[in-house]
Amino acid sequence: MSRLVTEGPAPAEDKADVPPREETPLARFWSEYRESPLAVAALLLVAVLIVLALVAPYIVPQNPYDLAQVDVLDSRLPPGTKSSNGKYTHWLGTDGAGRDLLSAMLYGLRISLAVGVMSGFIAMALGAAVGLLASYAGGRTEAAIMRLVDLQLSFPAILLALMLIAVLGKGVDKIIIALVTVQWAYYARTVRGTALVEQRKDYVEAARGLGLSHSRIVLKHILPNCLPPLIVVGTVQTAHAISLEATLSFLGVGLPQTEPSLGLLISNGFEYMLSGKYWISFFPGIVLLVTIVVINLVGDRLRDVLNPRLKR
Amino acid sequence: MTTPEPILDVKGLRTHFFTRQGVVKAVDGVDLRVAKGEVLGLVGESGSGKSITGFSILGLVDPPGRIVDGSVRFKGRELVGAPDEELRSIRGNRIAMIFQDPMMTLNPVLRIDTQMMEAVRAHAAVDKATALARARDALAMTGIASPEQRLKAYPHELSGGMRQRVAIATAFLNDPDLIIADEPTTALDVTIQAQILHEAQQLVRRTGAGLIWITHDLAVISALADRIAVMYAGRIVESGPSADVIGTPQHPYTAGLIGSVPSNNKRGEPLRQIPGMTPSLMNLPKGCAFRNRCAYAAAACASEPPVHEDGRRMVRCVAPLGGGTR
Repeated sequence: MSRLVTEGPAPAEDKADVPPREETPLARFWSEYRESPLAVAALLLVAVLIVLALVAPYIVPQNPYDLAQVDVLDSRLPPGTKSSNGKYTHWLGTDGAGRDLLSAMLYGLRISLAVGVMSGFIAMALGAAVGLLASYAGGRTEAAIMRLVDLQLSFPAILLALMLIAVLGKGVDKIIIALVTVQWAYYARTVRGTALVEQRKDYVEAARGLGLSHSRIVLKHILPNCLPPLIVVGTVQTAHAISLEATLSFLGVGLPQTEPSLGLLISNGFEYMLSGKYWISFFPGIVLLVTIVVINLVGDRLRDVLNPRLKR
Repeated sequence: MTTPEPILDVKGLRTHFFTRQGVVKAVDGVDLRVAKGEVLGLVGESGSGKSITGFSILGLVDPPGRIVDGSVRFKGRELVGAPDEELRSIRGNRIAMIFQDPMMTLNPVLRIDTQMMEAVRAHAAVDKATALARARDALAMTGIASPEQRLKAYPHELSGGMRQRVAIATAFLNDPDLIIADEPTTALDVTIQAQILHEAQQLVRRTGAGLIWITHDLAVISALADRIAVMYAGRIVESGPSADVIGTPQHPYTAGLIGSVPSNNKRGEPLRQIPGMTPSLMNLPKGCAFRNRCAYAAAACASEPPVHEDGRRMVRCVAPLGGGTR
């Protein structure tokens, strides 16, 4: 830059050329998001559920995994009953193994959310990488990847997950692998579609004109511009992952008995439903339902706010 | 004009697009020379291949397009067929490009400082502070008000004129030897256009960089360029010093272009225009591509037009005009 020194006064720039400083993108996003009270309530509930799941070990009345604290004699107690040793009041009753249902549910929520969010993130990272590769490489690479995506999406998710679990066996890691396998394709398709549009834009051409490397152009210029649709799909798919995991656990092929998720709790109580012991399935079912509905509500609102085509 | 040391020497450049419908000969034998500190105006209608010429020099032509023939020598280095790595080290560093629409050429999600520092650090191993300082200096040079503040802004917070200044500053960041400006003022309003032109001219004079200014606007280029090359259907039909080309056009197409500038027309009369349309570049007939629209067309025009060159000017025509604006 040594040769480039400013000589003489810079010509005056017209004052109208300087627009006022606007609010930050995040503030603008929030002011638009909060126009829907329902979505704000849903977001609040999501936050509450996440906090509950995070602090579950510190707030539960009883550790449902600690066999010393659980007494089989207390099994299937109706809501509000005191335990036989008088230490606990089971506000939501107990399940078939004598576990305090409220405690088991909080732990179950913790597992359900963790599995959903983890598989969501891994599937998002994998799908985004594959989708970006497809759109940027083009040609045969793109055709091969997208046909694989089509193939993947043409399989019913639950069927594929069941087959994978049958092959892999039980366990949290296996469940996550199965969920990632059935979900990455959604992300790949979304990212590839957005990236195709983005990489035709002039700023990508300009970045190439600046001599930036391919990886830099893809990761720093194209990927951030693909994030809005990715966030929306991610939210909805996370809710989907949670319900899929619950389904697998309900069918008895999901998480092991020792780490009961919400789906497993529902399944455990299912056999007692007809004998009037509704609570074992009912309360975890409500929590599962609320969790999925509020996440989807947040996802819908994000879609409305982040999609420029739906803007007024 | 014989120039002592051309930094860019393009010879017989052909860039063709291989589409399903046929081969589009967007650039079909272009010769260009740009000397140090020289401003070359590349003029032509939409679709005459002027932008593709610019992209070809940088090796930025995407499939189905391909450079099929010719050479681009930049400071003695051959760029056609050079490995991607080498081209990348030249782009944005030795040869910079300024694009047409400043609204589109900045990444909307990155701040100006991020984008400018990235351009510096892609080519020089400097720390962030140095890169930022360079970005600030370059931005100040373009006459932008309060560069410090502008650096922290996102593209949507800047107006079109300011964004184009950012783009120009980015082009000058690495002190390039050549700048290719692809209609950089077309998307701006007229008052801003004049300022940008002035800044660009000053910067070129100051840094000694060569400049190829691609435009369809003869009025803009006549004030700015040292030399003008007029492009039609993928070829240069006339080139020479600005004053000569504007004052005494030799090719009927150039004369037509000059004639259709509004200020050259009399008030109350319909604007003069060149009859017909740009021919499809798919199946160009043999001979002069302009002959179907030319008032002087003769039977001889159906064969390949000869090139008249006297060292100063070049014209590709069977019967060059004698002079005057007819």
